[in-house]
Amino acid sequence: MALPGPQDGQPLLSVENLQTHFRTPDGVNRAVDGVSFHVNAGETLAIVGESGCGKSVTAMSILRLIPEPPGKIAGAIRLNGKNLLECSDREMRQIRGNDISMIFQEPMTSLNPVLTVGRQIGETLRLHQGMSAKQAEDRAVEMLNLVGIPEAKRRVREYPHQLSGGMRQRVMIAIALACNPKLLIADEPTTALDVTIQAQILELMRDLKHRVGAAIVLITHDLGVVAEVAERVVVMYAGKKVEEAAIGPLFRSPRHPYTQGLLGSMPKLGSSLTGHETRLAEIPGLVPSLKAKIPGCVFASRCPHATDLCRAVAPALEEKAPGHVAACHYAPREGAMAA
Amino acid sequence: MSTATLSPGAGVALPAGVNAAAPMPDIMPPVKPKKGFIGFLRRNPTIAIGGFLVLLMVCVAVFAPFLWTKDPTALAPALRTREPSAQWWFGTDMLGRDVYSRVLYGTRVSLTVGFSVAICASLIGLVIGLTSGFIRVADAIIMRIMDGMMSIPSILLAIALMALTRGSVGNVILAITIAEIPRVSRLVRGVVLSLREQPYVDAAVAAGTRTPMIIIRHILPNTLAPLTVQATYICASAMITEAILSFIGAGTPPIIPSWGNIMAEGRALWQVKPYIVFFPAVFLSITVLAVNLLGDGLRDALDPRMAKRL
Amino acid sequence: MNAIAPLLQVNDLKKHFPIHGGFFGGTTGYVYAVDGVSFEIMRGETLSLVGESGCGKSTVGKALLRLFSITGGQVILGGTRIDDMPSGTLRPLRRRMQVVFQDPFSSLNPRLRVRDILAEPIRNFGLAKDAADLEARVAGLMDKVRLPRDAVNRWPHEFSGGQRQRIGIARALAAEPDLIICDEAVSALDVSVKAQIVNLLQDLQKELGLAMLFISHDLAIVEHMTHRVAVMYLGKIVEVAPKRSLFAAPKHPYTEALLSAVPVPEPGAARERIILKGDVPSPINPPKGCRFHTRCPYAFDRCRTEEPALRPVADAMGEGHIAACHLHDRPAAENPLAGSKGASLLAVG
Repeated sequence: MALPGPQDGQPLLSVENLQTHFRTPDGVNRAVDGVSFHVNAGETLAIVGESGCGKSVTAMSILRLIPEPPGKIAGAIRLNGKNLLECSDREMRQIRGNDISMIFQEPMTSLNPVLTVGRQIGETLRLHQGMSAKQAEDRAVEMLNLVGIPEAKRRVREYPHQLSGGMRQRVMIAIALACNPKLLIADEPTTALDVTIQAQILELMRDLKHRVGAAIVLITHDLGVVAEVAERVVVMYAGKKVEEAAIGPLFRSPRHPYTQGLLGSMPKLGSSLTGHETRLAEIPGLVPSLKAKIPGCVFASRCPHATDLCRAVAPALEEKAPGHVAACHYAPREGAMAA
Repeated sequence: MSTATLSPGAGVALPAGVNAAAPMPDIMPPVKPKKGFIGFLRRNPTIAIGGFLVLLMVCVAVFAPFLWTKDPTALAPALRTREPSAQWWFGTDMLGRDVYSRVLYGTRVSLTVGFSVAICASLIGLVIGLTSGFIRVADAIIMRIMDGMMSIPSILLAIALMALTRGSVGNVILAITIAEIPRVSRLVRGVVLSLREQPYVDAAVAAGTRTPMIIIRHILPNTLAPLTVQATYICASAMITEAILSFIGAGTPPIIPSWGNIMAEGRALWQVKPYIVFFPAVFLSITVLAVNLLGDGLRDALDPRMAKRL
Repeated sequence: MNAIAPLLQVNDLKKHFPIHGGFFGGTTGYVYAVDGVSFEIMRGETLSLVGESGCGKSTVGKALLRLFSITGGQVILGGTRIDDMPSGTLRPLRRRMQVVFQDPFSSLNPRLRVRDILAEPIRNFGLAKDAADLEARVAGLMDKVRLPRDAVNRWPHEFSGGQRQRIGIARALAAEPDLIICDEAVSALDVSVKAQIVNLLQDLQKELGLAMLFISHDLAIVEHMTHRVAVMYLGKIVEVAPKRSLFAAPKHPYTEALLSAVPVPEPGAARERIILKGDVPSPINPPKGCRFHTRCPYAFDRCRTEEPALRPVADAMGEGHIAACHLHDRPAAENPLAGSKGASLLAVG
């Protein structure tokens, strides 16, 4: 492959100071503005946030699927040390679907309706790994078995419209995993699915994580899904990373007021049994426009604890506890939390 | 409060060691949003270009007598088939008439026919489309009639209708309008059927709004955008149809100069005096292109999906 | 009217959509979207209708609103049967039952200002004495949904999703209804905005004593909002119970699976998982017997042939728990649904 192998102590993917801006008729939309994170081999990282926070744009930027113009990407995206932003289009085509692959939200529109499932799985294999048609079909059957589609031999010759929504998402996962990618980017993979089907797909993702060993970047707005599959979480708001931590600390002791607000505004299932039925916490107001520069903290306009300092000085990401960073002037550090 | 006054210890209680984030650079030059009409034209260059050309043609039609033209019907057998020159900008035809003047006056016919057909066909199509979108029984009958009409190419239908009457601009408009109605009716019906499924229409029904008011307040205003776009395409197609009818002698009477009959008269001399056909053809092409550009621009600007982008 | 009579009573409601096909557009089959649904809603009560997409829950809402004619059954609103009423007689009664839809973008007419959107039901039902009263009512509605009064002159596209949903709620309130049908009213909203709208709906319900039919697929929101829950599967109600009973002791295998499938924001929570196999069958050709038997982990022979009826089941939590499942005819030792499994399914307690 075009890429060097992993080196000791180096993350599989590291995103450094990523900026993705779009030129629009009413100003520059700073959709992603200085986001850094890394993904280790075999790890599942979730990027959570509400619509418009830049999480999907981040995912598209990693694969360089942002149309330029009107978009522009700056910073560095390193896959095993190689900066993808410096790759030629030809190199990127090699990397997409082979080293990094992607699953989208809508399984109906991301499959080609006039090609059989087997052809669509085989296509990437023939393209990237030079397999023959026969080899590709055998591998397609193998992949359908892997993602738990019954009667794979028959299904491989079917068209997407003959499959249900859950089955289609399984096919999407099969296509994504066909070339044994090192990194899988899943953009809201279960959002369009019903809750019982979502449970099936999440179960499949957990299972595949052990069996396939690819690192996963999971883009979602659903903190429940995050808790079910991720190991580490990046919380994004208005194009910035506001908090990052392992899932345990993030859900137990969120440091950033936005994360606290998000968790507080979700009704807890089972609240009628525990008797903890409380009014939901609201985050007042609206997400700010990204077309104007925000001088201070991006969350200051909605934060219950915001002060003049927050409105004037943007907080840097600080390590508040080992492995737990947050961008808030007032978020307590570990010592202070205990006191 | 400005940033300058806010440094640690400047009167505001700060926790020790405020850690400010490094400012993010601009990676693309800033965009100054243009408000108002100029901004709209900048965002929609096709509307600007198409609109400008259409406006230009309207001015040509209105002010034709003042644009250094001569009498377009004045015969001058002595001055037949002169090449384009300083005196006859587009030359003269086989009867010695000034082609420049005839082409400019011909603009009047084309635009009159184009605009009239667009307006009449849209209004009649709107009524028919609304009726069949709301009354199921009428729908089955009306749509079968429309299907029947659409199975005849509109140009043939227009020729057949013209054969029944005598050539006049009014009859040309009538014939082309009838030929265009099925397309508009189908469009309006489709829009009406999809609008009837909109939640706001359901909400209005639940709020006790009577059907006539549903149509007037909730359906009609929302059909206008796609209808406007369709009207521009009909306008362009009507101008071409008019030219064809006049070219084959089934349209505007020869006494009134129109691009179609100028070209028809120049046809015999096409190989030796191509300019007689060339100039009206260029005018027709530019006008049709302009109207189509305007239509494409309006379609993009009025499409709600485009408005939601970014 | 009897004080304890339900505000809305639905008996055996059916809606079958014909499928047109063939050369002459004849009917080739039916989508059994709603196939015999009964429930009632008391004054001031919230009943939730939950289920997955295609189960017919939204069709129930639209059928109650008479947005289309129903195939069978009765709808009784405040003692008056409205399902067979001619539309002219029905119109004044529509005031009592209003609706809030899911999509904040398509539920407001883009060509009407907020004032006109809110004034429409007030005018239709003749609620305002004069123009000044109309204006005052519109301003009052804006206050109720916590939007600035001067926003009435603006167009829908100038508002965010959450604000548009507030306008939709204000329009529903404008008719001074007794019952509001919320058809996935908060599903399309972001988490933080969703909380704002949920709180608003709860406050309004308390303040105005509204009854609510809350149609949703989100069980956490349902648990937060509702008094009673009805679970639908493939056009039928499979279980109805007061909220606590349903979440503590689900008595239908489908409810049980639904509860266990909801992801909870608690990493590493130890919970019992029931992952249903396969997909929901087509409502064009629903399975014989119990409609859930194709996916039910406990299905036995009887389920494949005989359709279970909804009937009261024993529940330690209290009265009013009904379910349609043959398991409850078995001795408790052989009935996996006999106990109260809710806590272990939801990982609480």
